[in-house]
Amino acid sequence: MSTTAVPDVAAAPVDQGFWTRHRKTGAVLLALGLLATVLFGALATGQQARFTLSETEGGAALEINGTVGAILFGVVALLAGGAILFGVPKRWFTLTLGLGLVAFVLSFLCWQVSAAPEGRNFMPLVNVVRGTFVLALPLIFGALAGVLCERSGVVNVAIEGQLLMGAFSGALFGSITGSVWVGLVAAAVGGAFISLLLAVFAIRYLVDQVVIGIVLNLLAVGVSGFLYERLMQTNAERYNSPPRFANWEIPLLKDIPLIGPALFRGNIFLYLGLLLVLVIHIALFRTRWGLRTRSVGEHPTAADTVGVKVLGLRYRNVIMAGMVAGIGGASYTLALYTFTKNMIGGKGFIALAALIFGRWSPTGALLAALFFGFADQLATYLGAIGSTIPSQFLAMLPYLATILAVAGLVGRVRAPAADGKPYIKG
Amino acid sequence: MTNSHPVSGSPDKEPATEPALAEAAGADRAATMTAPKQPEEPRPSLGRLFLDNLWAANTVTVTVLALLLAMLIGAVLIIVSDPEVLATYGYLTARPADALNSSWAVVSEAYANLFKGAIFDPEASGFTAAMGPISETLTYTAPLVFTGLSVALAFRGGLFNIGAQGQATIGVILAAVAGFALPLPPVVHLVVALLAGAIGGAVWGFIPGILKARTGAHEVINTIMLNYIAVYFLSWIIVQSGVQSPGRADAISKPVDPSAQLPRLLGDNLRVHAGILLAVLATWFVAWLLNRSTLGFELRAVGANPDAARTAGISITKTYVLVMVIAGVLAGLGGSQMALGTTANALTPLVVAQIGFDGILVALLGRVKPWGVLLAALLFGALQAGGNRMQSYSGISLELVTVLQALIVIFIAAPALVKAIFQLRAARAARLQTSLAKGW
Repeated sequence: MSTTAVPDVAAAPVDQGFWTRHRKTGAVLLALGLLATVLFGALATGQQARFTLSETEGGAALEINGTVGAILFGVVALLAGGAILFGVPKRWFTLTLGLGLVAFVLSFLCWQVSAAPEGRNFMPLVNVVRGTFVLALPLIFGALAGVLCERSGVVNVAIEGQLLMGAFSGALFGSITGSVWVGLVAAAVGGAFISLLLAVFAIRYLVDQVVIGIVLNLLAVGVSGFLYERLMQTNAERYNSPPRFANWEIPLLKDIPLIGPALFRGNIFLYLGLLLVLVIHIALFRTRWGLRTRSVGEHPTAADTVGVKVLGLRYRNVIMAGMVAGIGGASYTLALYTFTKNMIGGKGFIALAALIFGRWSPTGALLAALFFGFADQLATYLGAIGSTIPSQFLAMLPYLATILAVAGLVGRVRAPAADGKPYIKG
Repeated sequence: MTNSHPVSGSPDKEPATEPALAEAAGADRAATMTAPKQPEEPRPSLGRLFLDNLWAANTVTVTVLALLLAMLIGAVLIIVSDPEVLATYGYLTARPADALNSSWAVVSEAYANLFKGAIFDPEASGFTAAMGPISETLTYTAPLVFTGLSVALAFRGGLFNIGAQGQATIGVILAAVAGFALPLPPVVHLVVALLAGAIGGAVWGFIPGILKARTGAHEVINTIMLNYIAVYFLSWIIVQSGVQSPGRADAISKPVDPSAQLPRLLGDNLRVHAGILLAVLATWFVAWLLNRSTLGFELRAVGANPDAARTAGISITKTYVLVMVIAGVLAGLGGSQMALGTTANALTPLVVAQIGFDGILVALLGRVKPWGVLLAALLFGALQAGGNRMQSYSGISLELVTVLQALIVIFIAAPALVKAIFQLRAARAARLQTSLAKGW
């Protein structure tokens, strides 16, 4: 994955002299800021760009003249880039970079919103925030499944299959029994089934973990697609009409402007996903289990020497990961849609990207998933206002960002050292 | 699979990288540990050796048994998804014959149709009808050979090319655009279109190659990401004016000119086209490249042990990039056939189907050897062709074929499992290790 972890890297470039990694990042940000100031500023119109704090055009809103906003935020991004380029203290690097990137996005939005057709020069922020979380939700579950697996040293490329199996068995058993809770348990079991196969073949039979992951994805597509056509299509009433979790409103919190309607009127999956991020974060870095998991992922031999059961721990973590992903899959079928063939459609791979982009940490994965969800939501929004930016290019953004991250252009990502390496005792 | 009899001195070296070799050695050791060590014994006769190998864990036996196991599980899936058959299991203890008879009927009919659709239909009369199944099988086989070779070649160089799908996608885009946009005479047009496809694939292979060589970025991640970028690029370019078919609202491009289409081999009623000949040619070329050329030697050296290869003066950067470019060319050519062949003649969002992902399975099933890939692609093509007939005649979803393919490869990838199930002895020389890529 990274230049430091993989021993077979051909040529690891070492940044010497003036052009350190930080300075290069700064230069890129500077260029982006310049682009925003000049191009977005020129293309934006004098229309007011309204960012409403509601789901509609009305209500309280943040307003700014399109051209002014595009240029102003562009300059902020430019200054942030310049600051990084010409020596901002290292501890402020992330903050400055974040500020610059947000300013760049804002500049872009000012241009797009002001250039929209007459009467549509507004962006309902509640919708955007809520949509971001809805679209990020399967990614959060998927990426957490990846964290559980890969922190203990098993590569999980089968996230897609686990999500799909979860969605499928959640829909099937939820429909048959008519109970959302049975559906939820069945979804966890479905995801765990795929990850059990992953565990057995990767740990017991030492099959290459990427290979078995890819094959398991195909198996999940095949099995769920086959049973979908044989059972669900012929008798949708009985096999594919899953019950749905209702939205639970949280008193008081739901009235917070902007965040309240978007975050505290969601369904169980939203709360569960955010809770799981917190739980797994604490468990991973503050408990005995977490220390053991990380040590098994970094140096299994050392862990074994001090008495940790390496293989048992890996089995347990991989199966837990499948359950988490399975529940993530159910967030489709037990809340939004009925099951359709191959309905995950690559989200599992974006989750994998989020895991890598978030550097194998639960909170990082959450942020990455939200970023990807935002890109997805933005594509929908821009399509709705008839933007000139093709939605397909925005849809590419998560994948491009991941390539840049892995190539070390934006910071450096490093996998757990023993990730993907089977452990043979003795 | 005739060539998999492990003959000593075979030019095709065992394609295993260093860690894989270590694993294999470990597995072999574990397997032979239980058997008492025999002292030197007289060399057995050839016939005896053949029989021994027949029930030992060699590649042919394991492949056949994996196929059987997969079809067994497939049969279970067919039975549990058929409500009528399942109902007879409700009174299994009272009248077991009912359940067994109805299960046998539905499963045997499905697999009979699979066979008839893939190889030969005894009831067919006339040349076209008799050759139909073979023609269909070969049509599905041709692109899989290319993507399978693409993945296999990268494997031998120590890289896991999951990006065959994306490379095929970019390949088919350029091939199709060249196919309808350039006004060229017949033969030249086809060559140019194929070249365009190859270049498209090469570019899409070059990116992960150069990133791996320069920054160490893992090719598995980058190729997965590039697959999706290619998909979105395809869905964007189809609806651009000049590409989209005039007068159509849905996402479909203009059709490829007849002058750029691969000629049919057996008349207009059979779909088999010249792509299968190109596939055989490509297999021969890759076999030559791997086993007889300097680049092939360097590639295998880098794949086996990059550090040793570097010490020996082989440029790893150059090798990685070249491997990925050639892999991209192969996948791009495979993708091109999806628009220049008889499967379709225009771009649609799903024009490349699953050939890139299937190529991974084909490469693994073919034990990452060129001729093995060709045979594996034939099996997969046959399953695909038979699956179509199974779907239309028996109403068994085509997805069953995906299940079968995945299961076969799972069993192939874990030879220890098949060995354990059937209690095979370890073969004398067979080393059944297909897993080659290193972890993340």
